[in-house]
Amino acid sequence: MLLSKFSKTWLIAIALIYLALIILIPTITVFYEAFHKGVEPFLTSLQSPDFVAAVQLTVLIALITVPLNTVFGLCTAWVLARNQFPGRALFMSIVDLPFSISPVVAGLMIVLLYGQKGWIGSWFHAKDIQLIFALPGMVLATIFVTLPFVAREVILVLEEMGTDQEEAARTLGAKDWQIFWRITLPNIRWGLLYGVLLTNARAMGEFGAVSVVSGSIIGETATLPIFVEQAYKNYQTEATFSAAVILALLAAVTLVVKEILERYTARKAH
Amino acid sequence: MSNTINYSPQIVNKNQNTLWSKISIPWTITVVYLLFILILPVSALTTKSLTLGWGKFWEVASSPIAISAYNMTFFTSLAAGLINGVMGSLIAWVLVRYEFPLKKVVDAAVDLPFALPTSVAGLVLATVYSEKGWIGQLFVPFGIKIAFTRWGVFVAMIFISLPFIVRTLQPVLQELEEETEEAAWSLGATEFQTFWRVIFPPLIPPILTGVALGFSRAVGEYGSVVLVASNIPFKDLIAPVLVFQRLEEYDYTGATVIGAVLLLFSLILLLVINLLQQWGRRYATE
Repeated sequence: MLLSKFSKTWLIAIALIYLALIILIPTITVFYEAFHKGVEPFLTSLQSPDFVAAVQLTVLIALITVPLNTVFGLCTAWVLARNQFPGRALFMSIVDLPFSISPVVAGLMIVLLYGQKGWIGSWFHAKDIQLIFALPGMVLATIFVTLPFVAREVILVLEEMGTDQEEAARTLGAKDWQIFWRITLPNIRWGLLYGVLLTNARAMGEFGAVSVVSGSIIGETATLPIFVEQAYKNYQTEATFSAAVILALLAAVTLVVKEILERYTARKAH
Repeated sequence: MSNTINYSPQIVNKNQNTLWSKISIPWTITVVYLLFILILPVSALTTKSLTLGWGKFWEVASSPIAISAYNMTFFTSLAAGLINGVMGSLIAWVLVRYEFPLKKVVDAAVDLPFALPTSVAGLVLATVYSEKGWIGQLFVPFGIKIAFTRWGVFVAMIFISLPFIVRTLQPVLQELEEETEEAAWSLGATEFQTFWRVIFPPLIPPILTGVALGFSRAVGEYGSVVLVASNIPFKDLIAPVLVFQRLEEYDYTGATVIGAVLLLFSLILLLVINLLQQWGRRYATE
């Protein structure tokens, strides 16, 4: 409207070139590198035992983390959106804290607490249970970095929803769990799914924090993102990019589902 | 958990019998979970740093390698945040105001750095920006090597911080009313005056918030940088990678001290971001 058509075209061109250099061309490279010799090498790398082990571990960690963080997120959202108490704002910032902490520092904290010499780790160590450089530590690190997603989204929808319906149901004699299943959950479902989606994407894709606590043992404690790094370091180009394609597809699917969910939650451009 | 229930006296008083049982379950889960996942780990790091004693802490925290790593992290992140402050704002503006083919796809692609695992990001940046890569080879004639140098760290930090600026600014731009601009324009303001005096001022808080969020993310970034840099001290080693290297050497003291410095810095940044957001909200309501 204000600017001439000429400068408009230039602004669009600059924006697109920048996005191409920073995001689009690098992303396309994943697929080019994986497939430029045909589909054959890609399919072969997908069958290697180390790759299969990495996929299994990644899925297993997500299967443990996502439900735990969903339950925690629902509880925390309820506590924060349905109660008024002193220090509520501070509490909210604490729940959001993992997003501000470097993943490596997050991993370091888990090692210090749950490692052999840590307050909790030493207790398990005495019982011959190893938490760090094993599955429990990797799950704890993943839970740490994905902690705020569900709570954050559900707080938003709970606040938007208000308490009228829940109170009406209570007056009519509904029990707490009935209110939750019949009134609250149907109302918050899209926001909840949005949080679960982001949790899952980060849980499957987390590299830094998990890398610190895993020991990166290929075939044992290597998740898919760690497998990418290790294969790259060992110059296994095909294995590297085949695994990277799988992770890039996961990212693409996440973005598509996110776009769909945003239509339902009516929250664009967050 | 009776002490936690006391935090919500109003509700307890209203429906004492039914809510006692209900409050305790979500409260208990929240508090116990936070304790084991967040509070105890943070305390473990803090306690370990404090028990070292100030002298020892300072000695490790101010060692030449550490200082060079802080500088590398801080200034490279700042540069990435600032350039994205300009380019991210431009992208947000173009996405909100103009129509062009495949706009939806471009808009969704802005979120890719959020969704793509950082090791994959580092891998592709190292490939594309290497001397033989699609983009890296364009810089070779100018004698600039990007991957495995400080420039590589810079590109990785630009990549991961870009969505923060775009996504913070976009909703504010959407609410900006074009009538105000038209009014300024029809009253005889030039294009430049309209931008500088009418459009730009309310955008300052969200742009700064976005830059601070992106900067904060870049300061803590590990995954993409570790793959695109050579991670050599005094050359392109950043603080989070240094923490990782110390851990690999089983130097828990070194890792803890530098980790504590990073944590402290993140907390200060978080405070700054909160203040910026409050400022932005005040702007929006006025």
